[in-house]
Amino acid sequence: MTVASAAAPAPNGTQPKPSRVKQVRHPNGSPWIAFGFAAPLVAYLLAFYVYPLIRSIDLSIHDYNVRAFVQGNAEFVGLEKYIDVLTSPLFPKALWNTVLFVGISIIFQYAIGLALAVFFRNTFRLSGILRALFLVPWLLPLIVSASTWSWMMNSDSGIINSFLGAFGIGQINWITSPDTALTAVIIANIWLGIPFNLVILYSGLQNIPGEVYEAASLDGANGWTTFWRVTFPLLRPVSAITILLGLVYTLKVVDIVWIMTKGGPANSSLTLAVWSYREAFGTGQPAFSPAAAIGNLLIIIALVFGLFYVRLQRREEH
Amino acid sequence: MIRKHSRRYAAFAAAAIAVGALAGCSSSDDTTDEATTGAADGGSADDGGTAAGGTYTWWDPYPQHTDGSDWGNRVQACGDEAGVTIQRTPYDTTALTNQLLLSAQEGTSPDVVLLDNPAVSTLADTGAIISMDELGFDTSAIDENLLAAGVVDGTAFGIPIGANTLALYYNAEILDEAGVDPASITDWATLNTALEAIDASGKRAITFAGIGTEEGSFQFLPWFWGAGADLTELNSAAAVEAVQLWVDWLDKGWAPQSAIQNSQNTAWEEFLDGQTGFVENGTWQVNSAAEAGFEADYITLPAKDGGAAPAPTGGEFIMAPAQSDEARYDVTRQIIECMTTPEGFVETAETFAYYIPPTAEGQEQFIEAHPELTVWVDAVRAAKGRTSDNLGTDYPLISEQLWTAVQAAMSGAMSAQDAMDAAQEAAAAATGN
Repeated sequence: MTVASAAAPAPNGTQPKPSRVKQVRHPNGSPWIAFGFAAPLVAYLLAFYVYPLIRSIDLSIHDYNVRAFVQGNAEFVGLEKYIDVLTSPLFPKALWNTVLFVGISIIFQYAIGLALAVFFRNTFRLSGILRALFLVPWLLPLIVSASTWSWMMNSDSGIINSFLGAFGIGQINWITSPDTALTAVIIANIWLGIPFNLVILYSGLQNIPGEVYEAASLDGANGWTTFWRVTFPLLRPVSAITILLGLVYTLKVVDIVWIMTKGGPANSSLTLAVWSYREAFGTGQPAFSPAAAIGNLLIIIALVFGLFYVRLQRREEH
Repeated sequence: MIRKHSRRYAAFAAAAIAVGALAGCSSSDDTTDEATTGAADGGSADDGGTAAGGTYTWWDPYPQHTDGSDWGNRVQACGDEAGVTIQRTPYDTTALTNQLLLSAQEGTSPDVVLLDNPAVSTLADTGAIISMDELGFDTSAIDENLLAAGVVDGTAFGIPIGANTLALYYNAEILDEAGVDPASITDWATLNTALEAIDASGKRAITFAGIGTEEGSFQFLPWFWGAGADLTELNSAAAVEAVQLWVDWLDKGWAPQSAIQNSQNTAWEEFLDGQTGFVENGTWQVNSAAEAGFEADYITLPAKDGGAAPAPTGGEFIMAPAQSDEARYDVTRQIIECMTTPEGFVETAETFAYYIPPTAEGQEQFIEAHPELTVWVDAVRAAKGRTSDNLGTDYPLISEQLWTAVQAAMSGAMSAQDAMDAAQEAAAAATGN
């Protein structure tokens, strides 16, 4: 025992030389210190980004029925779940609904948000209060706004139908007809997204220097040309990020559709995100694997748009 | 040199503390957070399940009953009787199912759980709950049709704490005005005649819940079974006829469009408005019906060719999730026994607006206390479990196709026949039959 412990210092004693050389190369400390400082961030990234992503992929390439989920012995099935999803008769429908839902929502949210932002650029009495009021949709809990929309769109006693009735338009079965259910949830979603667009675009407008407008007015530009030649081009970087964020945000919308229509009737308002949620949590028999597969497809779609944005931005810089 | 060293150690120590603090944050609330995050932390799988000695965990789907409510106190009283403290956590039904699966995966299951009956066979299949035999609980006193939902291959995996079912409530004033005698309604034909008469009198004839969830199937089943249809054959002539019955009600304007998206609560609220003749709803609305601003009463749901339609049984089952420490089962059994004495059943029945006791003895005591509710006891005795007929874990898969098809037909997206053909095909594919 004593021999061993006495012998121990000897090899250690010979070591310091090379390590001292290293220390000279790193005047600010050893790489371990650097690692120590990076560790909290790395741990955070691993726990909250990498692990969930891996777990989601893991779920989608195994057959996790309820039993396998609990016992942890799911069979490896490779890409079978993805093939099931892609060949399901629901897939083209859900994909097309997603395209419509995201596309139409973004166009209207952006257009209305931009119009309001330009409108509020000119400060006038009560403009601050009015602008604040436009943020209400953002502040309301989603369960409240979605339920309110579904009451307003009620076929028999909703306020929207009774309003339209005053103009002689007959009953529209907003959320109970397969022809209009998707329209109904898109309308509600547009309303929800306007404040977000308004806020970001408004702050973008604040960054456009006033001199540009002065110069434009000296050159005799009217309001319309000022908007198209000055405001819109200078707002392009902000517009791009607004639309990208809107895209990612809208792609994964589940709550409002779930509360209003549950993706029905007859899957007419089923988007990919709602489909994924329904597979996992909407029925008595949770199917985590197809749900994860659909979720991962959504991630890929969002990633494609993200990369597209990065490319666009790089081109702008050059 | 020495100074440089010490500074380096200080820096290292600071970094280490930072890491430690982070790790500390995540591990300190392990027992409470684990179930919700589901982030595996294998090492602590045991300590959550065998919580501090003398504390037993209890999950139920009744967030409306807070701690200190009659229900909360009753649960605690059963813990006191068994000499332990019960830590009760209520969830919403869907959330509870998910929590339970996650906790079973993590090995942190509660000791006792109450959950909607169609979930029992699914949970039993996963091995997440133990059978009543294993727990040493005698189920012989419980009505067979009510226990059926918890029986898998002849073994009971849970017991009903009470049962409810559906009936047809009516607004007596509207029926009088339309000249309809509720006693005349004995089959679909007479029901349709009554609905037509109410519609002609300018009121809405009927409402129900056709929502695209389990509730929608629950409401549809009395008509489905009442037509003589079977869940293993969704596109039979009888099944299509049942769908057509609902579709016709909507097409003729007897039922509101909103019925397609109504939950049972929404349908009930429509009825309470006083403008609707009939509503299909459950035992749990008896109190609310008595307090309505009009005279409300109920009849049993008619089958197509007369007689009472078999309504599905509703209600929660009490179950014992598997524990790594089997010594806990003894106390768990005592707690469950305390909840399921005849007196206990009657008490439960009263707490939950007439949850009919599932044992003959409990039913007798209940009728003694509430003779006016004999109709409900009869209805529950005649009711049928959704997972019965040995459907078990196939039921949720079939039910999903059923509610989808009924919605598709009612909204006019497909004809009743096409919708049910598609449903049968999808259900057969999903169940592998």
